[in-house]
Amino acid sequence: MGKLRQIAFYGKGGIGKSTTSQNTISALAEMGKKIMIVGCDPKADSTRLILHSKAQATIMELAAEKGSVEDLELDEVLKEGFLGVKCVESGGPEPGVGCAGRGVITAINFLEEEGAYEDELDFVSYDVLGDVVCGGFAMPIREGKAQEIYIVASGEMMAMYAANNISKGILKYANSGGVRLAGLICNERKTDREDELISELARRINTQRIHFVPRDNVVQHAELRRMTVIEYDSKCKQADEYRALANKINDNKMFNIPTPLTMDELEGLLMEFGIIQEDDAEVGKAKNA
Amino acid sequence: MSTIDKKQAEEFIESVITQYEEKTYKDRKTHIEVVEPGQEKCAVKSNRKSRPGVITMRGCAYAGAKGVVWGPIKDIINVSHGPVGCGQYSWSSRRNYYNGTTGVDSFGTMQFTSDFQEKDIVFGGDAMLRELLREANQLFPLNRGLSVLSECPIGLIGDDIEAVSREISKEIGKPVIPCRCEGFRGVSQSLGHHIANDTIRDWIYEKDLEGQKFEKGPYDVALIGDYNIGGDIWSSRKILEDMGLNLVAQSTGDSTFSELANVAQAKVVLIHCYRSMNYISRYIEEKYNVPWLEFNFFGPTQIIKSMRKIAEMFDDKIKEKTEKVIAEKYQPYFDKIVSKFKPRLEGKKAMLFVGGLRPRHTMPAFHDLGVEIMLTGYEFAHGDDYQRTLEYVNETTIIVDDMSEFEMDNFLEKYKPDLFGSGIKEKYQTQKSGIPFRQMHSWDYSGPYHGVEGFAVFARDMDMAINGSVWKNIKAPWKA
Repeated sequence: MGKLRQIAFYGKGGIGKSTTSQNTISALAEMGKKIMIVGCDPKADSTRLILHSKAQATIMELAAEKGSVEDLELDEVLKEGFLGVKCVESGGPEPGVGCAGRGVITAINFLEEEGAYEDELDFVSYDVLGDVVCGGFAMPIREGKAQEIYIVASGEMMAMYAANNISKGILKYANSGGVRLAGLICNERKTDREDELISELARRINTQRIHFVPRDNVVQHAELRRMTVIEYDSKCKQADEYRALANKINDNKMFNIPTPLTMDELEGLLMEFGIIQEDDAEVGKAKNA
Repeated sequence: MSTIDKKQAEEFIESVITQYEEKTYKDRKTHIEVVEPGQEKCAVKSNRKSRPGVITMRGCAYAGAKGVVWGPIKDIINVSHGPVGCGQYSWSSRRNYYNGTTGVDSFGTMQFTSDFQEKDIVFGGDAMLRELLREANQLFPLNRGLSVLSECPIGLIGDDIEAVSREISKEIGKPVIPCRCEGFRGVSQSLGHHIANDTIRDWIYEKDLEGQKFEKGPYDVALIGDYNIGGDIWSSRKILEDMGLNLVAQSTGDSTFSELANVAQAKVVLIHCYRSMNYISRYIEEKYNVPWLEFNFFGPTQIIKSMRKIAEMFDDKIKEKTEKVIAEKYQPYFDKIVSKFKPRLEGKKAMLFVGGLRPRHTMPAFHDLGVEIMLTGYEFAHGDDYQRTLEYVNETTIIVDDMSEFEMDNFLEKYKPDLFGSGIKEKYQTQKSGIPFRQMHSWDYSGPYHGVEGFAVFARDMDMAINGSVWKNIKAPWKA
């Protein structure tokens, strides 16, 4: 048993963070690693594929029911899923009310106070919603929490924009808390020159493109059965891709302070790859104009 | 004769504020001015954000809205919406007296709070607020309405207190008023007054809510901006009644919700605290065409001057009655008090630093007793307040806006006044330095200070503080 590694998956909403992280974690579990997933998303769907159901009891929901978070016991919210992976969800409000960010802070404080991390774990993995919109969603990258951040991205402009923004958040806490950017995971969207583009973005923000996860429909088939590919069809090609990623994460030594790009630099990169035109005349011009 | 020499004072001020770092120095320089009697313009900058690092005496928007404007209305339930502290630590601290049976038809000294917990922040507090309002209304059925005074977190998490208020108001058939007075808004409690005034406008007058019907007469007046601290408004209304006027509404001290709605039904709105309620006065004038008039009921000179100014708004009958009551009743009474206390106070020097009105309003009362004012200023006044202050300046006076405790210490040490009048936070620091002190927010648990009988209490209290022998008889232990 080595030292506990705390990792986190960030990335634009809808990019496939939860799917990628749960598949990768299953692969790590196959390797015999002991892992806990901390879902930091009010939707509480970060552990669905491991537990085969949406988490029934999130920390915040149970806390609300019981009156306060102090009334909770760890075993009420910590569930074991596929290959013994431990799962816990922060939970939070319905869209449009309350403060989901505070929910993440409260949930993580609760886990720390209850000694959830003291167990014999190799990995704790945080799965965080969308962008680092406020202090609450930056909680997993603050001092003493996740040390390695994996950003899930694709060749779409907005996904790259979000990746760059997240690296800004990492930079902010890099010096105070020691968090490092550990790599970009390219989750294929079949955009032009996708792998090259993400590799180049990774290089420019001082990290690596750790793995290219090709698009494969088997992920959908597994997902519909609330399973990871590793469990649903452990022999398929896609399962091997996640195993490859899991191996790379396990062996990863490249933990860097990111060098985020300015908006101009990011646009410049897209121009170099011919994704957007250099000519300003194109800006704001409709196709048929 | 002024004790303060303008040039020397300016040099001293400079020597104090140069101890700040540069940005603070530059900013504070614009907030302090030495003015002369007869000066026409006051250049002091005000209503600006306090500099980081200074200990300011200011409060927050919630303090202004809940503590000052809404809090004293006795027959409504004021809910401090948010975590428990804001309501708990401001509980009853303003001494807004009222008639009524607490817990039955009046709720002034009770504390209602939604006591936000972690889960309410995360999931939002609207459902709980709904329940709370229903429950409070059920437990205290004689309430005439409820207000929701939001604390900081409510503004951060975006709770829709307006929607909840509308819903519950409809359900219980009483006004429910949401007031967005989150403490982080604005630079001081002053914005809280403004926000509270705006809610009175939007949720009472714009909705045409009516107070109790009354038979209208030519001498109907409303008295606003008096919070009945230590019984002030009771003392003030006696003067108006002695003048033959009919006080149809007083707000918000010892006020009912009905009275607040009826302010607009008067012939004239008389406003004591200009700073906290001028906004609604201007609105009432615009919408109902009811004029408003500022007055000052501190000390003989201003009381008599204000009575005549108010009488001018009415017919000869009122004017005659006013003169008669001054000549036969008030003047002899004032003479008696002045002759008793002036010999004991003549030539004494005071400094005053209070909220947004009282420094200028009490200066003439001190002058009536022969006390000179060396320094004055406000926590949260605006430019118009400083301009109005000049009218009351009798001698060379240092004017300080948003004075820090550091500046206060320096002024007290340098000028060693015979009295410093300010707030609870300043009291013990001042007394420990051997300088007599009176709280001029709460009247130091005394009062009333307004009106004719208030002047007697005021004169006695100031004499007691200034000439109290305790300051002469104690020795610092390290000097004994």
